[in-house]
Amino acid sequence: MNDLLQIRGLCTEFRTEDGLVRAVDGVSWQVNPGRTLGIVGESGCGKSVSALSVMGLIPKPSGEIVGGQVWFKGQDLLKLTERQIREIRGNEIAMIFQEPMTSLNPVFTVGNQIVEAIKLHQKLRTRDAWDLAVESLQRVGVPSAAERVYAYPHQLSGGMRQRVMIAMALSCHPAVLIADEPTTALDVTIQAQILELLRRLQAGERMALVLITHDLAVIAQIAHTVAVMYASRIVEYTSVEALFDQPLHPYTQGLFRSLPRLGQKKRRLDAIGGTVPNPLAFPSGCKFHPRCPLGCDDKRCQSVEPNLRLIRPGHVLACFKAAGYEDSPPCDIPTQAPTEVSNG
Amino acid sequence: MAKADGHILRVQGLKTYFPIRRGVFSRIRGWVRAVDGVDLDIPRGQTVGLVGESGCGKTTLGRTLLRLIPATAGTAWFEDELIFSANRRRMRQLRRQMQIIFQDPVGSLNPRMTVQTIVGEPLKVHGLAHGRALRQRVVNLLEQVGLSPGYLNRYPHEFSGGQRQRIGIARALALEPKFIICDEPVSALDVSIQSQILNLLADLQDALGLSYLFIAHNLAVVEHFCGEVAVMYLGQIVERAGSEDLYRNPVHPYTKTLLSAVPIPDPRTKTACQAPVGDVSDTSGPFTGCPFHPRCSLAQDQCRQECPQLREIGPGHFVACWRTE
Ligand SMILES: Nc1ncnc2c1ncn2[C@@H]1O[C@H](COP(=O)(O)OP(=O)(O)O)[C@@H](O)[C@H]1O
Ligand SMILES: Nc1ncnc2c1ncn2[C@@H]1O[C@H](COP(=O)(O)OP(=O)(O)O)[C@@H](O)[C@H]1O
Ligand SMILES: [Mg+2]
Ligand SMILES: [Mg+2]
Repeated sequence: MNDLLQIRGLCTEFRTEDGLVRAVDGVSWQVNPGRTLGIVGESGCGKSVSALSVMGLIPKPSGEIVGGQVWFKGQDLLKLTERQIREIRGNEIAMIFQEPMTSLNPVFTVGNQIVEAIKLHQKLRTRDAWDLAVESLQRVGVPSAAERVYAYPHQLSGGMRQRVMIAMALSCHPAVLIADEPTTALDVTIQAQILELLRRLQAGERMALVLITHDLAVIAQIAHTVAVMYASRIVEYTSVEALFDQPLHPYTQGLFRSLPRLGQKKRRLDAIGGTVPNPLAFPSGCKFHPRCPLGCDDKRCQSVEPNLRLIRPGHVLACFKAAGYEDSPPCDIPTQAPTEVSNG
Repeated sequence: MAKADGHILRVQGLKTYFPIRRGVFSRIRGWVRAVDGVDLDIPRGQTVGLVGESGCGKTTLGRTLLRLIPATAGTAWFEDELIFSANRRRMRQLRRQMQIIFQDPVGSLNPRMTVQTIVGEPLKVHGLAHGRALRQRVVNLLEQVGLSPGYLNRYPHEFSGGQRQRIGIARALALEPKFIICDEPVSALDVSIQSQILNLLADLQDALGLSYLFIAHNLAVVEHFCGEVAVMYLGQIVERAGSEDLYRNPVHPYTKTLLSAVPIPDPRTKTACQAPVGDVSDTSGPFTGCPFHPRCSLAQDQCRQECPQLREIGPGHFVACWRTE
């Protein structure tokens, strides 16, 4: 296992009042130093839960990882104790969230919080930790960092708060950064700055980045490989170029068609009909079939759930309707040879 | 110039200031100039887009037009009627013709009311229907926005984001308005659902001859949806033009910045964002000159001293920038 971070067949469930929710259903992906994996999909498809599963942050007892492995530097994180996980979380694998306000403590200065994060993992004197905090704020482009360390979260704009979160996440030089919709709540101008920042930091430090978003344009700008999720599963996974040149899954194709683009002169957009399915009542067969222009009348699409197969070199897909799907070997991570797939 | 001059809405010199106080009873320390001298025309049956970063005053402008917030100065005509001086009875009439759809379909629907009550409430308040006729009207409205009449007795939490936005639209349509302010109606929705809602708004416009003020921060959405676009910065309109013209030939440095920041959905073309570092400046401090000058790479002395006015630089293309003189 040479990959830095690889998750295999991950399944995560929640017990809710209304029943059991399988939020992540057999998801596999991997990411390596200096590379960015983009995970794209609509709300509720399981993007955040898969990330939280990696971080060991699934709320217990309502949530539980019921299957799969999370391989990081050759060990399965799911087999570690809470103590061992804490050593890795925030230190070697860090995460930033969509709304920085909810993950920053309003009653402490941002400097205080970065220092806390640093001292959790590094044995440093407080003085040195403060210096490191200022330095990490400078690194993420916070102007007059030496003064801003004394600011409280509410005194900063949304864009500055997100920079503070990134500074905190990067203060320990993690090998992997998982960014869950880091720019969704921000203006386009600020989004462009944050994406540029992430790209620069990643290239400079050969960090592995997992970027979760619902925005294909953001994916195009930052990802090397892309996993498209729909209803708790990955339905297509390939390089960013392959996905944008020729998306193969009808859901991905629908996402592309409904994307408003600058310079497009058309009053009506192509829309995917129907709504994102409720995980308490997922459709049978391929979960996309009720909204699918190809599969809605197909008996097999209605009754059997397609698995991921290597449809072309470097391109995996779960769709019966794609030419050549039948004859393609099962494979859930596109950069791997199909024979390496474990059955699980 | 009198009245709306054939437009559904004409706004002139509109200002909305919010007082800044330290405590509840303390003296006013200053003003947030949320809307600071806006001129805007909305042609009948058309859509004018309003774009700008968060905090630039878009929502305040919309809410001021509906008199949900008092205007500080300026005039606004709805057809032949002055909005801000209308008496209560006239305002009640005007409210029927001007409606708003909010960004947040969750927060804007009362969680304890059924769909029937939510959509029917405006009709009841205005005494336009009751009993069986009311119910039938609500059913028609639901069908008009693509919702099954079977949903009448359900509560907002039982719906997805897109469906809730449809409920909000049905409620706005209940009084058969002529003009609707759409305040970021799709920002909170998934991509596949966004296009459904935009198509619905376009269809309703065609069928009912509605005029829209379409507020958004996604420029790609606005371009596709609006005939004309106004770009707002710190309470002022800095550029206004036909949408094709504005996107092809942006002139104001702020418009250029905004457009350059839109991520390009093509992995082989990296966005070359010219975004200046920093966020929207503080509106509360007394500033002179062009509102954009602290972030503008072209700023000169004149930009720091005098505020530029909108000037027509081509047919229907207005810009407020000294450096384009
Ligand atoms: N703590 C929780 N309890 C119950 N259900 C949850 C919890 N967190 C997430 N879920 C459910 O899991 C599914 C996936 O959620 P999530 O991963 O947050 O989606 P997204 O792709 O939008 O990030 C959703 O149906 C969501 O309702
Ligand atoms: N009720 C209010 N009291 C004081 N300030 C307000 C109020 N509403 C809005 N503001 C301020 O007015 C400015 C414009 O806000 P808003 O109209 O909501 O902007 P936008 O909709 O463009 O994001 C902001 O600086 C905001 O903080
Ligand atoms: Mg999420
Ligand atoms: Mg607003």
